[in-house]
Formats: sequence, C-alpha cells, structure tokens
Amino acid sequence: MKLLLKGARVIDPAQNLDALMDVLVEGGKIAACKPGIKAPAGAKVLELSGMLVTPGLIDMHTHLREPGYEYRETIASGSAAAVAGGFTSIACMPNTLPVNDNRSVTEFILRKAAEANLANIYPIGAISMGSEGKQMTEFWDLREAGIAALSDDGNPVMDAALMRRAMEYAYSLELPVIQHCEDKNLSAGGLMNEGYQATVLGLPGIPAIAEEVMVARDILIAEYTGTRIHFAHVSTTGSVRLIRAAKKRRLKVTAETAPHYFTLTDESLRNYDTNYKVSPPLRGDADVSAIKEGLADGTLDAIACDHAPHGRTDKEVEFEYAACGISGLETSLGLSLSLVQEGILPWPELIAKMSCNPARILNLPKGTLAKGADADITVIHPDLAWSVDVAAFHSLGKNSPFSGRKLKGRAVLTIVGGDIKYDGRASQP
Amino acid sequence: MMKLAKKDILGIEEMTADEISLILETAESFLEISTREIKKVPTLRGKSVINLFYEASTRTRTSFEIAGKRLSADTINIAASTSSAVKGETLLDTARTLEAMNPDIIVLRHSVAGTPHMLARMVKQSIINAGDGAHEHPSQALLDMMTIREKKGRIAGLKVAIVGDILHSRVARSNIYGLSRMGARVVVAGPATMMPRGIERMGVEAFTTIEDAIAGADVVMMLRIQLERQKQNIFPSLREYSHHYCLSRRHMKLTAPDAIVMHPGPINRGVEISPDIADDPACSVILDQVNHGVAVRMAMLYLLSGGNE
Amino acid sequence: MNNRPKIVMDSEGIERCLTRIAYEILEKNKGMDNLALVGIRTGGIYLALRLQKRISAIENKKIPMGILDVTLYRDDVAKTSKKAPLGKTDIPFDLTDKKVILVDDVLFTGRTIRAAMDALIDFGRPKMIQLAVLIDRGHRELPIRADYVGKNLPSSLWEAVSVNLLEKNGKDEVVIEEGS
Repeated sequence: MKLLLKGARVIDPAQNLDALMDVLVEGGKIAACKPGIKAPAGAKVLELSGMLVTPGLIDMHTHLREPGYEYRETIASGSAAAVAGGFTSIACMPNTLPVNDNRSVTEFILRKAAEANLANIYPIGAISMGSEGKQMTEFWDLREAGIAALSDDGNPVMDAALMRRAMEYAYSLELPVIQHCEDKNLSAGGLMNEGYQATVLGLPGIPAIAEEVMVARDILIAEYTGTRIHFAHVSTTGSVRLIRAAKKRRLKVTAETAPHYFTLTDESLRNYDTNYKVSPPLRGDADVSAIKEGLADGTLDAIACDHAPHGRTDKEVEFEYAACGISGLETSLGLSLSLVQEGILPWPELIAKMSCNPARILNLPKGTLAKGADADITVIHPDLAWSVDVAAFHSLGKNSPFSGRKLKGRAVLTIVGGDIKYDGRASQP
Repeated sequence: MMKLAKKDILGIEEMTADEISLILETAESFLEISTREIKKVPTLRGKSVINLFYEASTRTRTSFEIAGKRLSADTINIAASTSSAVKGETLLDTARTLEAMNPDIIVLRHSVAGTPHMLARMVKQSIINAGDGAHEHPSQALLDMMTIREKKGRIAGLKVAIVGDILHSRVARSNIYGLSRMGARVVVAGPATMMPRGIERMGVEAFTTIEDAIAGADVVMMLRIQLERQKQNIFPSLREYSHHYCLSRRHMKLTAPDAIVMHPGPINRGVEISPDIADDPACSVILDQVNHGVAVRMAMLYLLSGGNE
Repeated sequence: MNNRPKIVMDSEGIERCLTRIAYEILEKNKGMDNLALVGIRTGGIYLALRLQKRISAIENKKIPMGILDVTLYRDDVAKTSKKAPLGKTDIPFDLTDKKVILVDDVLFTGRTIRAAMDALIDFGRPKMIQLAVLIDRGHRELPIRADYVGKNLPSSLWEAVSVNLLEKNGKDEVVIEEGS
C-alpha cells in the first residue's frame, strides 16, 4: 500500500526539518519526504493542508496492566488508547502480575502486542526479581526476549549497591536503566506533596527531597561507574537543578517529565479528588515553573505521560487507599501542546521530546521521517478545539483529572508501519 | 428566622463567623436541657442519625449519641472496622448502602482525611464530620470555642496557645480556623518534628518551646500525644517530651493571670498536663469541655435537620 | 384594598385587659395559692411579667413566674432548615401540683399552646394548666381554647395580627394588617 501525505507542515527534528512538503510511504517505509511529490499509481492521497506531519510519537512510560490487572487495561485497549492519542510506539513498565522479570512475561507482552497490531510496544523489564530490590533479573535473557529498558518503576531500587551493579551490568548490554526516584523512607506514609496544601488538607506529606535524594544518588553512581541513567517523571525544582548540573558536566543522564507536572499543582487536591493522586505527587507553583524551564533549556529530554489506568475500585475509595496515577495517553499530546501555545517550546522541540528523544534514550530505530525509516507518522491538527471526555477514552482507565478540560490541538491520524491505525478526522467537528 | 445554609458540616474552614456564632448561641440554649429531670425534647422525633465510626472513639461517639437522644432522634451506631477499599467496595457503594438505610444525618469519623467530603458529594443526607484524619474536627473546635466564650465572655482579642503535635492534629487545625475567624490570636508550639510545613500561612505564629507560646496567653490548649507516633521518630521518648512540653504549675506564671487550660481528652496525665493543673478547678476547664460537647452536637444536629430545601 | 395597618387596641386598652385578666385569674382560682405564671417566648414573657406585677400587688405576695421557649416542641421544627432563634427556657420552681397559667400574646391555630403544654409536662406534673391570651383571633386547628381572653378579634387568615409591646417594640398597641 502506498500513501501520499500532501501539503502538511512536516516537522522532523531528527533531520532538522520544518517545512511544507509531502511524504510518500511505500512498503511500510518512508519512500520520500520532499515538496511536490507526484502521486504514484495506486497511492492513497491524503490532503493535509493546515496539519502537522511528525515522526510517530513515542511515549516511553506507560502501564498496560496485562498480565494481571486486565480490568484496568489490556495490551489491546492500551494500544488503542496509544494510537488514539497519536502514539505509534509506547514502552510499558514491568509492574504487572506477575512482574515482567523474566523472558516468558516479556514474550507474552510482545505476543499480545502483535495480536493487538496497533502500536509498537516495547516492554521494560524489571531490574530486580519481583521488583523487590533484592536479586537482579537476567538482563541478558530479557534483552534477547525483547525488552527495551530496565526499571523497577514504582518500587525504586533503594539499595544503592544493587543500583550500582544493575547500572554497570545493564550498560555493558546497552540497556537503558530508568529510575522512578523516591526514597521510600522519606516518602513513607505520604499521600501528597509536603507543604502548605498538605498541612491544610491534613494529608501526610511526601517531601520533594524524597525524589531529589535519589536523583542525586543515582547521578553520583552514574558518574562513578561511567554508566547512564534515565530519570522517570521528574517533578521537583531540586531534581531539575541536579540533572541540569549533571548534564553540564557531560554525565550520561537523561530525564522525562509528565504533562501533569507542568499542568497541575498540589492545590488541585483541595476537593480530595483521587484523580489528582499521582506518584510522585503534584507539586507547587515553583516546581511547575522549574519543570517548564527544564523542558525549555533541554534539561528534560522527553515528555512521557506515565499512563496509569485504574478501575473504579482503585480510585473511588478513601484518599489513602486510592491508587496513584492518571490515564494519560489520550490527553498527553493535547496537554503538551500548551507548551507551544504558551511559547515555552517551539514546535520542533516539543515534537523532539515526544519522538526522537525517547527513541534515542531507548535506542529505538524510530522517531524520524528520514527516507527508509519505518513509516510511523502522526498527523496533528494544531488548532482543533476539543474537550476531554473520559467516557470516550479507548483506555479502560477513565481516571483522568482532565475530564471536561478544553484543549486545543490533537492527533487526527496515526500511521504505524505505513498502515493507518487511527483516523480521527471524521469524528472531529 | 435564621438558618445554617449548609447541607453538611465538614469543617470550620468553610464556616463564617456568623455561622459559628449561630451554632454557639444555639448550643448555649441547649445547655439547660441537660440539667432537666427529663433530659429530652421531642424536636427530632422520627429523625434518624447514623453514627458511622471508622476509627475507635468512645468520647466523640458517645457525645453525638447522647446529643441525638436528647433531641429524640433515633441514633444508630455503626462501628465500621474496615474501609470500603479493604472490602473491595467503592465509596459510592458505601454511600448507596447508607442511603438505603434512609437516615437524615450521618455523623462520620474516619482516619483518612477528606473521606467525609467525598461521601458528602455522593449522598443527599447531611454529613457531620466527627473527625477526619489530621484534617478537621469541627465539633471539638466548636465546643472549645463555646467553653472559651463561657469562661472568658468573648473570643475576640484573646491569645490562645495550642501546644503539642500540631502536625497530626485535626483539633489544632479546626481551632486555628475557628478561633482566628472569631478574632483570637492563635500561636502554636511543639518540637519542629510536630510542626507542619507552611503552618504560618494559616495565620498563626509557631514556636518550638512551650514557654514562648504561652507567654501572656489567656487560653492554653494542650493536645494529646499519640504514643504510637514515637515509632515515626517524631519524638524520642515520652520522658523527654513530657520534660519539655508538659504543662505544669511553673508555666502558669507565664500565662495571663486568669488563664484557662484545655485538653480535648483523653489526657495522658503527666505527659501533656501535670495532674495538679489538670485537676485544678481554678484553671482547668476540661470537664466543662465535655459538658459543652453534648450541647454543641445537639446544636449541630438541630441546625442541620430539616434538610437543605 | 386597604393595606394600612389598623390599630385595634391601644396602650390603655391593653392595660385594662391585663387588669381584668389578673382579677379573673384570682377569682377563678380563689386566690393565688399554688398559682404560677409561665410566659411563652417572646410576647408572652412581657405579658406574664405585667400580670405578675398586678397579681402580686393585689395579693401582696409575689407569684412565681417562668419563661418557656417552645421552639423545640413545635411540630414543624424538624421539617424546615429555617429556625427561629432559640431562647433559653427558665422555670425556676417545681411545677408539680402547681396551677400553671400559660401566657401568650395571640391565640391562633393553637399549635404553639400544644407545644407549650408538652414542654410543661416534661418539667413536671402540674395540677392544672390554664391559658391566658391578650388576643384570640380564631382559626383554631387543634381543640384548644383560652381560659382568659383580652379581646376576641375576628380576622381573616390572610391578615396579620401583631401585639407590639413597650418592652420589645417601644410602644403598646395591637395592629391588624393585610398579610404580605
């Protein structure tokens, strides 16, 4: 099948490209990317003037819940949510049941992903068996099975010695290590950001230093061992400062943040709405500004939504017992576009943080529209006004604090390997 | 005619000075009923009040129960040992179950802050917060204010010192809101480990020694120390805590000469207050607080009854 | 329609009524042994005080008097969130075996008196309860009648009858006007 995308503004940060041109897709690959391409015989032509054509977006931090928690999300429903949100590739964290700490779970995920046949799915393997922070998993075996990275996700590696060994062993295998930074002793019992809002709400606090202590520690380990580390969902001023300093010293440090950390503050918890309960917790105004600065100056390489779908019994309970997380795949792009609208990021930089940068961090052969690359393409309508309707989510997780929020801009076409996997053009007003 | 324009009483934070005064004045009229031979009026006959307590509390539950009974309401006590989450229920399931019992008012105590607020959004019945986590305990603050008003004739212009574990105290938070709104100057004191971040933004001055806080105070309110907090290392030992924060005779020279001493109970004698002060009728108003508790809770039930038409 | 308030009884009229009622109470009860007055909040309090003064003067002995707030006994109190300001009840004597004269300003539906009788009985077991009112405007909804009436004032349901008293309104008069 041949596809010709005509007349759109093509932004490919990997090639430093930002111009009106056409993109030709043949045999699942990018055949050409230049102005004035004539439609070859049999090609399906898509008129896309006013639209943006970008490398397929990549969310490097999601939770697909299968195996084990299929009522929250399945690999199929999560894949559908991904392409509806404009993502052609996603990486999924290992905190399933059982944990993705061995080849058979990885293979199961990849088999289910192939059955769903929507987005590319890159499993992330656990650093330790059961993510219990004790015994390292078989990184080599997991890599052969197809993992893209290693992480113990929400059970961060508290044991610095284990973390050091894991980073060394993984580095020799060219596997990125991702850390959710949270010193579990400092955060123990906490339910929201420590500060005035927690004081007023009477909820136990999680101090910013719970995140920052581990960021600092892992930067020191990365420096000492000469290995690399990627920080998941950075949320505090101090973390941004530490990562910025580490990058300045040319350490192999990368970092992501999630849309809610530059969109919301802990003040939104005033009604005890558990949809705002996330880990790390929503922080203060100063942190939101610091995250935006970190995005603008390149300290934060990627935007990943930490897609965390939950069922009603996980969220509609007392605040303490409610699960953390936001079902984010279908709002991530819309929320992130505000960074362009507010003038914080130019278009190519935003697209880089959602495509080629995550591809680079995860060593994926993705994130570009260069000739011969896999034809993973996202078409964005930059001005389309829409409002978030959780009932219409493809994700089984309807847990979003953005329900009802008015957003501007969204993906209208998602093409994976040359096939249109999501076409939202008809359903738009 | 007057009216408490509220469906629920969830916290003092959202109450105006007028609303607080209305409850206090109503409670003052209710005091007399408890002195009658027949300590009961038929006001809430046919109304039912569910006391739903997810956290053990003999005092508050009994006080609400007596208040309901003196107004002739049917009071039903439910001691819920587990949360809805543990049962695999959502709060909405809990709300529907409660609604099916068709009560008029639900008095809710829960160890997790915000649970009364969540439930109030889900049920049509009035919810009275009988204490949620470290958030609010409105009936306690109201009875404290009633006691202060009775003993001091006013609240405005008084200096009130609250001493102890401010971090974990819903009593402190409700009193800070209420007393400030009624014109008192509130100061708090406790070790830095017991002082929540940003407390000054609530309009109080914070100290780390009891002496600094109670200087010239008209009212000294001592908070209960939860012994299990020792495990969280917010204080090293009861011995050391009591040595530095127990209100004793020598402190009473620092306060205003006619200062009163309060405690939400139950007291750890010799830990928060020395026995001679706790039992000294010249300054201790702890038993008045208990007595006022019933009247205040009668006033809350009474003013919320009749629904929210 | 004439919307202006009409004065149906002036200060002297009120005084004469109260004097007559004082004598009637003493005549009917053959003196003031075991007699007590209880004024119903708020208008009844001042009328009871004035009766107390008259009876005490006639008999040269102070007749006991109490104050009753019947709000908590009303049959509509729990049905609405609008509440009348709650006053204190103060009955500083034992009601048991007393002949109690309930005093109120206007007798209308009878529901206030019903509430007052229930309240009194919670305080003790009076030997007898009698009722004194300044105005009886009719329209009873309960089988209640007054033993002593200052003036029978036929009125329409939509009219409002108010007893203004020096102690609370600055002047003595009974006024009838079109209700709003």
